Amino acid sequence: MGNILLFIQHVDGKVLKGTLSALAAARELKVPWQAEQIVGVALGSGAQVAAKEMLGYGLTSVRYSENGLFEKYRAEPYARAIALAAKELSATSVVALASSSGKDALPRVAVLLEAAQASDVIGVNPDGSLRRPMYAGNIIAEVELLAPTRVVTVRSTAFSPATLEVGGSECSELGLAGDPELHEQPRFGEIVGYEMSKADRPELSDAAVVVSGGRALGSAENFEKVVYPLADSLGAAIGASRAAVDSGYAPNDWQVGQTGKVVAPNLYISVGISGAIQHLAGMKDSKVIVAINKDPDAPIFEVADYGLVADLFTVAPELTEKLRGLRS
Amino acid sequence: MKILVPVKRVPDWQLKLKLLPDGSGIQTEGIKWILNTFDEIAVEEAIRLKEKGGVSEIVLVSIGPDDVRARLEYALAMGADSAILIKHDGPADSDLASRAIAEVFKKGDYAMVLLGKQAIDSDASQTAQLVAARLNLPQACFASKVVVDGGAVTVTREVDGGLETIKVPLPCVISTDLRLNEPRYAALPNLMKAKKKPFEVITLESLGVSSDVKVKVRKLSTPSARKAGRKVASVQELVDVLQNEAKVL
Repeated sequence: MGNILLFIQHVDGKVLKGTLSALAAARELKVPWQAEQIVGVALGSGAQVAAKEMLGYGLTSVRYSENGLFEKYRAEPYARAIALAAKELSATSVVALASSSGKDALPRVAVLLEAAQASDVIGVNPDGSLRRPMYAGNIIAEVELLAPTRVVTVRSTAFSPATLEVGGSECSELGLAGDPELHEQPRFGEIVGYEMSKADRPELSDAAVVVSGGRALGSAENFEKVVYPLADSLGAAIGASRAAVDSGYAPNDWQVGQTGKVVAPNLYISVGISGAIQHLAGMKDSKVIVAINKDPDAPIFEVADYGLVADLFTVAPELTEKLRGLRS
Repeated sequence: MKILVPVKRVPDWQLKLKLLPDGSGIQTEGIKWILNTFDEIAVEEAIRLKEKGGVSEIVLVSIGPDDVRARLEYALAMGADSAILIKHDGPADSDLASRAIAEVFKKGDYAMVLLGKQAIDSDASQTAQLVAARLNLPQACFASKVVVDGGAVTVTREVDGGLETIKVPLPCVISTDLRLNEPRYAALPNLMKAKKKPFEVITLESLGVSSDVKVKVRKLSTPSARKAGRKVASVQELVDVLQNEAKVL
């Protein structure tokens, strides 16, 4: 069988931790899928640095392109370039982190390679079938990909990041001549602008500690006054329940749950979150869960390791103070 | 312009799902079905675009057994104009759906495909992208704002870390995220009127689409439940257990 191609996701050359989780999944797939090698492709500014770094993780051959077509992520050119790299490196499978761009581009890759795709994979069985969540994580499906070419997106929280391993040394620029349509980019439109959250805290998806706030905060001001300092006392990322985001207490991309981010930190502290099933889908694989809620019957306590039934406006600031004391 | 809105019916998300004893599927007998939450948002957005002017017709399409008709009629009652049901009783996956939707698109002179970013049963989040790739059209997935301006659409997309705004020419494929809009309820009189709207039942064969799937679901299971922990009495006790028992501080 052919090789497995890893789509190396990075920011300006810095490889995302989730890419290493996707690689861990690719390593598990290697034997059951009878792949000879794991190879990789990186695109965009800093791609060469990212590609080279991955040779230190056991990839035998990598391609990169810093062509202007890839300066900003767009589904169409990225998918075409990934498919080109797969063909050039004799890969019959493509594995990528299920980030927003991974989710966006990989189905297009699947069409270009006539592949079968499994999304958000959380486990690999010895026979090469895959495990993935359905119904907001309430059901785990065991799926078999029936096509000879395959595409997989990986849920990073389900795989520990791959460690260093001796790889190859072949790192070269991806030739783009093989796909004339790549150069017809104007017909795929253009990026008009971005509105990104300030990144002065860890990235929610791979933070070691997450503090999330819910509807009980009551206002955006309270969310900021109570949740921000608690998170900062732990160096944590901030999350929110759907209700809190719907009420405008927190930006959309902080939402933890079935339709938002899926997180699995070492420590997850929920403040004033009742624990709707869609929220639990996004955090129940956290190592240690703490819930603060004044309703003793809130469903969040059914998954929490430690529950504190109390008024959050009293205990959250107290907890912040004590944690600050521990740090200093 | 005509908009094609593919929709899927899914089990009501408020249900506690039960598996068949052999794990081959979920128990569907007598359960309540709803329009996939994200597809309902797509239907609503199409209606709003039509209300603003410039949209001539909203056509729904779905793949599934006869009783999907009821969900299509609900979307018609919301304000869509006509519906196509591709009758299919066997297993289906995103790939099969995308091949069928692409063929319907080719027959209808559509300017836009508007559908949910994922179905809340399979949670695959593939169909919109697959349709776009099959038709070699631009895509704008995970939309939280859609503005049509002449021959182009400006779409704000929810991406990791924030929002990205792109402008894509028509025709294009747009997938809807949670906060694009709040769908209206279909009023009872409209539900009656919806039964009189054009409703076409066709087959995969008539579209020239094979019923093969690329993903086989072998078995379903429920994840091992996380066991509830215990209550602590004070902030001090919480800090103590986090430090000494859980060792996470």
